[in-house]
Amino acid sequence: MARTVWDSSVGKKTVMAVSGLIMLSYLVVHMLGNLKIFFGSDEFNGYAHWLRTIGEPFMHYEWTLWLVRIVLVVAVIAHGVSAYQLSRRDIKARPSKYVHKKPRASYATRTMRWGGIILALFIVWHILDLTTGTVHSGGFQEGRPYQNVVDTFSTWYGNTIYIVAVLAVGMHIRHGFWSAAQTLGAGSRARDRALKAVANVLALVLTCGFLAVPVGVMTGVVS
Amino acid sequence: MKLTLRVWRQKNADAEGAMSTYEVDNISSDMSFLEMLDTLNEELILRGEDPVAFDHDCREGICGACSLVINGDAHGPERTTTCQLHMRSFKDGDTIDIEPWRAAAFPVIKDLVVDRSAFDRIIQAGGYITAPTGSAPEAHATPVPKPDADLAFEHAECIGCGACVAACPNGAAMLFTSAKVNHLNVLPQGAPERETRVLDMVAQMDEEGFGGCTLTGECATACPKGIPLVSITGMNKEWLRATRKVKR
Repeated sequence: MARTVWDSSVGKKTVMAVSGLIMLSYLVVHMLGNLKIFFGSDEFNGYAHWLRTIGEPFMHYEWTLWLVRIVLVVAVIAHGVSAYQLSRRDIKARPSKYVHKKPRASYATRTMRWGGIILALFIVWHILDLTTGTVHSGGFQEGRPYQNVVDTFSTWYGNTIYIVAVLAVGMHIRHGFWSAAQTLGAGSRARDRALKAVANVLALVLTCGFLAVPVGVMTGVVS
Repeated sequence: MKLTLRVWRQKNADAEGAMSTYEVDNISSDMSFLEMLDTLNEELILRGEDPVAFDHDCREGICGACSLVINGDAHGPERTTTCQLHMRSFKDGDTIDIEPWRAAAFPVIKDLVVDRSAFDRIIQAGGYITAPTGSAPEAHATPVPKPDADLAFEHAECIGCGACVAACPNGAAMLFTSAKVNHLNVLPQGAPERETRVLDMVAQMDEEGFGGCTLTGECATACPKGIPLVSITGMNKEWLRATRKVKR
């Protein structure tokens, strides 16, 4: 069965849908967690510490966190590899363009591929910036995420990269969530408007939620 | 009406093609688009030139033979087949671009004619029912619930013209295949091959080199018979169900 799924264009699209939904549900939690920054340094740093102690004493320190990370890495790779292979197939299936060109599909639909590439690059930067601290501006302090976040959003490039990525993720979800529903066979005529509305609300809420943090730092609400 | 036509001319499958410009005059707004092309071809023949090759058959909008991308739209600006498109949809002095269906799985044979036999092979893979043939059975022998009959009929409207493939930025045949799958899978007559039908037809579709679905919705917009985009969702659902049920 796994072979049938992976070898088929419809099956590979299913892999994209499922991995996309896994990442989407993570993003919702991530966004909500980020907003704790507005309750001050102690609460935010305490929340970050709690993330490492989830499941204790059954789980060891950071085990749950690593479990989540592994699931996410698998989802990102599955999503990326199937997107790459499907895109290759799509481009090959339409080798010659029409001479008479027309604007097609919505902006969110047309930018799925570039948006995905932007997001993949962003994830790398984001981890190097705020998880490992490798490319962090100023002194990165392990266990002091509040200060690290303020540092990142005190630089023009930190804000720019982040805002571009957040807008890209919003667009990606707008088309992606609804598409995933169609791919998994959950869409129907009766449900179509509701699904599109949920996709738009999810995209908007996530975009605004994620943007709140850099905007908070820029306006001095978080410092 | 006086029109400028820019038509894709290509000698054969291996030749390089290009757009050629022609002027046509005395076009009546009551003419169909194909009759307008007939007028052009008569002139070309009189001038001793090679007429423009294009597919057509019934000219009633039911056979699915005609296949032109007109000003970037499969079957032109109206939601119908090219043969049922009339020149009243255009204005005097218009320039009209006429191109063949574009997809790797639909290679150009000559000018505006493409080879659509990939569709036939998708049908051969599962677009049929194993029923005893002969005289038509009594209509009430197999009861079909009304909503199912309506759904099947809606999808049975597909004439296999390939406009969905032509309009799709990925050259995908998802709408065509899903129309056939939904049409037969919803009916009791199609039940014995319900799983193998969708698996085999999707596999054949992939093998023919059609692209995948990115849900742009271009196919459903172009479809002259109004097969809805949700048809693809229905096929995805059938495919996932079949993958779970059938051990391969």
